[in-house]
Amino acid sequence: MSAPLHDLTAHELSDLLRRKELSARALVAAMYARIAEVDCDLHSYLLFTRDEAEQQAAEVDERRARGSDLPPLAGIPLALKDIFCTQGIETTCGSKILAGFVPPYDAHVVERCRANGLVLLGKTNMDEFAMGSSTENSSRGPSRNPWDLEKVPGGSSGGSAAAVAASEAIVALGTDTGGSIRQPASLCGIVGMKPTYGRISRYGVIAYASSLDQVGPLVKEVRDCALMLNVLCGHDARDATSLDSPTPDYTQSLTTDLKGLRVGLVREFMEYQGVGVDAEVGGAVRAAVDKLQELGAECEEVSLPNLNYSIPVYYIIAPAEASSNLARYDGVQYGHRTATADDIIEMYTKTRDEGFGAEVKRRIMLGTYALSAGYYDAYYIKAGQVRTLIRRDFDRAFARCDLLVGPVSPTVAFGLGEKTDDPVSMYLSDVCTIPVNLAGLPGMSIPCGFSSDGLPIGLHLVGKTLGEETILRAAYAYEQSTDWHRRQAHPIQEVDGRRRAVSRAL
Amino acid sequence: MRLTPEEVEHVALLGRLKLTEDERARFTTQLNSILEYFEQLQQIDTTDVPPMSHAVEITNVFREDEPQASLSPEEALQNAPDQARDCFQVPRVIE
Repeated sequence: MSAPLHDLTAHELSDLLRRKELSARALVAAMYARIAEVDCDLHSYLLFTRDEAEQQAAEVDERRARGSDLPPLAGIPLALKDIFCTQGIETTCGSKILAGFVPPYDAHVVERCRANGLVLLGKTNMDEFAMGSSTENSSRGPSRNPWDLEKVPGGSSGGSAAAVAASEAIVALGTDTGGSIRQPASLCGIVGMKPTYGRISRYGVIAYASSLDQVGPLVKEVRDCALMLNVLCGHDARDATSLDSPTPDYTQSLTTDLKGLRVGLVREFMEYQGVGVDAEVGGAVRAAVDKLQELGAECEEVSLPNLNYSIPVYYIIAPAEASSNLARYDGVQYGHRTATADDIIEMYTKTRDEGFGAEVKRRIMLGTYALSAGYYDAYYIKAGQVRTLIRRDFDRAFARCDLLVGPVSPTVAFGLGEKTDDPVSMYLSDVCTIPVNLAGLPGMSIPCGFSSDGLPIGLHLVGKTLGEETILRAAYAYEQSTDWHRRQAHPIQEVDGRRRAVSRAL
Repeated sequence: MRLTPEEVEHVALLGRLKLTEDERARFTTQLNSILEYFEQLQQIDTTDVPPMSHAVEITNVFREDEPQASLSPEEALQNAPDQARDCFQVPRVIE
């Protein structure tokens, strides 16, 4: 095997582990060696769980030595966005207000990962409370894009995306409220999927906007995505919105023939309110549509006009839900409490002032205003009505198409600091992903090209409700006939014998 | 201008946020520009369109009313900034 272990996929490593050509312990050691090499520059991680990882790996090795039949991903190294509650392991959600918070229980998906023998390497960086598109809103400083360290990795699951893209983890989990898995996957050149709302339990996932939040995997290849969905999907009674419908074996969808598949290229993904996506992004997406056609799909252009209102709808609904969800951070039950306060109101306000960053405060303000007396109908109800119209547009499109496609992000990775002073321009980077959350549909980002600067471009695949299998089928067929996914980010290079971080701008 | 600095201060209090002079000025400008951006929704005819509150139409998920295991008081209090006699402790509320 010529490639280093950390550069392999989950399914390749799974084969090596199963054949006992590799031990889980050796793999953990290789991963931390890789992390030591690159994480000082990337800052993908907030916390490492090395002792626990070594112990988990040893258990997997022991069980395998005893001849136990282990799940496919037993021994595979995993990174978790710091939004998932992990029993006994600090969970901060990228916020100062949760510094030192040690959950007394595991999130449902963490239980599932543990039961399947995945080995937790650490917790990854994110925008505070998942509010952001760049990780620049993290209270612990931004992560960097492994393809160019002067660029953002996207967000909010930017740490998870950077970790997988730079081979600091084999698989990672993120959450996606308005694009927070797909956009960083696109900007980092990996596969990221947000399944149908309710397909994966949100129990133990720190809430941002509950009617939109969804868990999903960030991985290197489509097969790894199917394997992870097999681990993550299923009913959980502790999440009232969890869907109680049977879970297929997603690896059965990995076929390469797209004959008869009806694909719609969404005009409003290619241009929002008349403004087109970057030419290179648009070109790569059109080339990908041609490829799908070559593989047997029937492609046409479709229009979903109400998608032109996605951004204002989202930025009313999400902050409204957030202002309610974040009321719990008041210095009473957990997290930060201000040192001095004369009365309880002052304790609340000072605690929250000290604990929250600017974007979180901005969204709490926006949501509180949208829900306040006299404005509720004009903002919140109106946004909910337009949300219905957006959902109806999707329903109409899916009467003609099995799958909708377009870009994931209107641009490739942007520069650190480029959008931090202009909230609306940052909000627009999720213009293609937000409508999918509003409608509760499954969506995926898969690599489909590179800009002339060498930055990755993602293809967006959107399915019907519970249409994960159709997405996987198209994604796998596309991936197997292209080699974008084989390109590897090399964040650190030796130049003239000296270690040098990659920056294409310099 | 939809929101005055005084209204911003009031919304901050509703959201239990304390703003500095500087934050109040900045949020007034930023929130106004965001609200102005939201205005475009008013052009859309939504007569007789029901608001969508959730992606999945589920109502009332019930379970049997049976006791289940929950966190112990020690676990529930392990992250408390201040506690006394198995309770969360806060500044005096009643005079």
